[in-house]
Amino acid sequence: MATTDGFVGTMRKVTAHLTQNEGLSFEKSSPGKKGYRLAPLDVPEVDAAALLGGAVRDDVGALPELSEIEIIRHFTRLSTWNYAIDLGMYPLGSCTMKYNPRVNELVSRLEGIAEAHPYQPESLSQGALEIVKLLQDCLIEITGMDAITLQPAAGAHGEFTGILLARAYHQSKGNARKTVIIPDSAHGTNPATAASCGYQVINLKSNAQGGVDVAALAQIVNEDTAAMMLTNPSTIGVFENEIHKIADVLHDKGALLYMDGANMNALVGKTRPGDFGVDVMHLNLHKTFSTPHGGGGPGSGPVACKKILEPFLPSPVVAQGEDGLLHWNYDRPKSVGRVRMLYGNFGMFVRALAYTLANGPDGLRQTTEDAVLNANYIRKKLEDVYELPYTTPSMHEVVFSDKRQVKNGVKTGDIAKRLIDYGFHPYTTSFPLIVPGALMIEPTESESREELDLFVDAMRQIAREVEENPQVVITAPHATRISRLDETGAARKPVLRWKGPPEDAVEVDTPAKEW
Amino acid sequence: MRYLPKSDAERAAMLREIGASSIDDLFTAIPEEYRLTRDLKVPRQMGESEIIDYFKAAAAKNANGYTSFLGAGMYRHYRPVVIDSLVQRGEFLTSYTPYQAEITQGTLQAIFEFQTMICELTGMDIANASMYDGSTGAAEAVMMAVRITGRDGVLVARTMHPEYREVMHTYAQHQGHDAREVGYGQDGRIDLAALEKAVTDEIACVLVQSPNFFGVIEDIPEIAEIAHKKGALLIVSVAEAVSLGIVQPPVEADIVSMEAQSFGVALSYGGPYCGVLAAKEKYLRQMPGRLVGETKDTEGRRGFVLTLSTREQHIRREKATSNICTNQALVALMTTIFLTVYGKQGMRDLAVQNLAKAKYAADTLGAQGKLLFAGTPRFHEFVLQTDEDPEQLSARLLESKIIGGLALRKWYPELGNATLWCATELTTRKQIDAAASVLADAPVAAEAR
Repeated sequence: MATTDGFVGTMRKVTAHLTQNEGLSFEKSSPGKKGYRLAPLDVPEVDAAALLGGAVRDDVGALPELSEIEIIRHFTRLSTWNYAIDLGMYPLGSCTMKYNPRVNELVSRLEGIAEAHPYQPESLSQGALEIVKLLQDCLIEITGMDAITLQPAAGAHGEFTGILLARAYHQSKGNARKTVIIPDSAHGTNPATAASCGYQVINLKSNAQGGVDVAALAQIVNEDTAAMMLTNPSTIGVFENEIHKIADVLHDKGALLYMDGANMNALVGKTRPGDFGVDVMHLNLHKTFSTPHGGGGPGSGPVACKKILEPFLPSPVVAQGEDGLLHWNYDRPKSVGRVRMLYGNFGMFVRALAYTLANGPDGLRQTTEDAVLNANYIRKKLEDVYELPYTTPSMHEVVFSDKRQVKNGVKTGDIAKRLIDYGFHPYTTSFPLIVPGALMIEPTESESREELDLFVDAMRQIAREVEENPQVVITAPHATRISRLDETGAARKPVLRWKGPPEDAVEVDTPAKEW
Repeated sequence: MRYLPKSDAERAAMLREIGASSIDDLFTAIPEEYRLTRDLKVPRQMGESEIIDYFKAAAAKNANGYTSFLGAGMYRHYRPVVIDSLVQRGEFLTSYTPYQAEITQGTLQAIFEFQTMICELTGMDIANASMYDGSTGAAEAVMMAVRITGRDGVLVARTMHPEYREVMHTYAQHQGHDAREVGYGQDGRIDLAALEKAVTDEIACVLVQSPNFFGVIEDIPEIAEIAHKKGALLIVSVAEAVSLGIVQPPVEADIVSMEAQSFGVALSYGGPYCGVLAAKEKYLRQMPGRLVGETKDTEGRRGFVLTLSTREQHIRREKATSNICTNQALVALMTTIFLTVYGKQGMRDLAVQNLAKAKYAADTLGAQGKLLFAGTPRFHEFVLQTDEDPEQLSARLLESKIIGGLALRKWYPELGNATLWCATELTTRKQIDAAASVLADAPVAAEAR
């Protein structure tokens, strides 16, 4: 520990234990080791050089050569260096790190599902098409929309698709329009999406409650406005209670309301975007519908929309034929085109549907209620030690600020790093941008009261450390394999691949211990 | 609900501590007229065994026990068992994007190994941490080339996967890019003379796929020369990554966009797959997506971090290189494990087996029709032209539980009754012979035509 003067908290959730050291696979490689064996060739051998001529490759490059046991150990050792939902609470705001059910993994690996080729005849893909259809029907019902595409591969990809739909809709009326309005509390993907669809971004300043300033909105919406991209509940976890007015202001000028569904975990079974005026929205199956984050993907970002936008959905769409079978319909003259090859991240559809079936209507509603209950519980238990910049009611997440801790020189990023020592993954730091020094906490429904209490205890002990021993927080984490990394150096002189053993490599001579 | 870790008594106690009289108190921010007061109309809550039964029944309605000769951008290769054992470890499966480097070194080091392997395989200097898939990766590569050159003309080979081309057009249309296609010659490769004519100093990039959609290997050095002469960049898309075990990597390219599904990723009816972008070092700042870099901690120990994020949307917002947020980390991990299993020697052995199987299949099946582009080097796919209509042929093959080649008429009407066939290391001689014998039994009427 960097300092032992003053208060140092007690870690109740974790005990330090050994982890294995492990180099890069390339560093462990030696020529001639093998982790594979091919079946014997049952057709005549070929002379690759004769078949390929000048296109033949002589050297595959420096891929590692290792045996199977070494490969298992290599990746198992790496895995133990990660934090994961399976180890504990992951309070990342806006990320909805909920439990990833294991039955989802099992069913996505069933042979007829995992081995299905996307171009196999539709008559031999009816099971896959039924899964797509049932998931679509469930998501349409959950969102209260009229139509849906599952093609987008992630949330940001869904945003792109949704704004393309809006653009095609306006274009069909003779004018694609020029701008997209985005609140300053939005995710960075929103403005990036609008720009990549050829729209100019108009920023909308949030009101004193962190919500949409409807009067200010009314002043900037005009005939050039294609859409507004709104996250609801907002990134500070607050439901836009003037949502119907927002929709009206936009619709009066012919503009559309796009909803970023990142926070849908606060709404499922309790209210439906389609009912409160949303025209088009995306969902994140890897958030609300429990498909695993996998260290950063794969995701899946279905886009649901109202009837007026249905003709523009990406091609193909699922349709029931006169023969009673399900088909992919490619005859979509008004479609925005494809946003991805094939039909989307089907493996994620399987998992999301398994989650929906495991829950049913009662489970989905209870899930939302528990997620909101957990966030409010944390708020109640921490609001006396951390600053709550907006006191509006919280839904599924709560945003504090580091205002009180900054006085002692401790910022949100430091508290987050200290949380690691207490056995938790950090919350989301420094976002949304409208809250300086934000601590954005989303517990999800997956946490028991015991886990929440441990988190509250850790956060309160850290707050005390900040008062009495700030240095221990500023220099955290102390219990990890590695300490804070030099990110500036990494960006200044990027080393993005292994290039062989360093020339100045010296054997470290560690003196043997005497026993 | 079995995923929810609370009893009703605990819920009630928590509500009391919050000071709420019921759960509804926490939802009052939702205007009353929008509150859902009924059950959602979704199937009722199921037990785990029922869920498995549902999906087993669905799986049984898909092709099971069929021999398949389908490829066309999605390939059936053997997936070593260790891949699934390892990626199902909760520490990989249920971890988030590795922003917090101190507790995600496992994911970060694995991505660093992935980036290195992709560089080795493609002959490029840098590779990102993955893209959604090959089709969106190629589209992102085009936008990257437009940013680099400041030009907006794009030339795409018609021998590129038709669905990749469709995706590219969707992305291009709102960026004001002028995307045009370049046809192919008798050899099944891009028409070099037409290309030479089409490349002007307004062209940002030439986009080709190799091995191309017909399985034919394009003449990359020649195409590069034509593009570079006019200051255009060359983007090479590799849809069959296993080909890199025996086919020269496109080192003359400026950007390589690859679909790595072949490296141990299940077909899964179309996804998730694993795109990846690799490029020359000088284009680093224009690269979209996540990058992992090596650095040191305060004690001088090696560690890995996400780096150069100033290109990305969460920092740059509307000025970002792309709106891409996350990548396909878990799928990239599958491919990394696959490449570690096969390694330097195995990748070559595997690729050569594919070459041998495809040669045998092309010879055997080709004898029952006409092999198109027969003289051009190819990897493991080939185009067969038959007298018989592909639909009729397909129906006859299905009777023998064989899924034959993919009919090309939808995209290449000029090729008539053409089908695209693929053989991999998993295709057996027996299966090839069986397909050939069905082909040989062509109805007399068709033969007479």
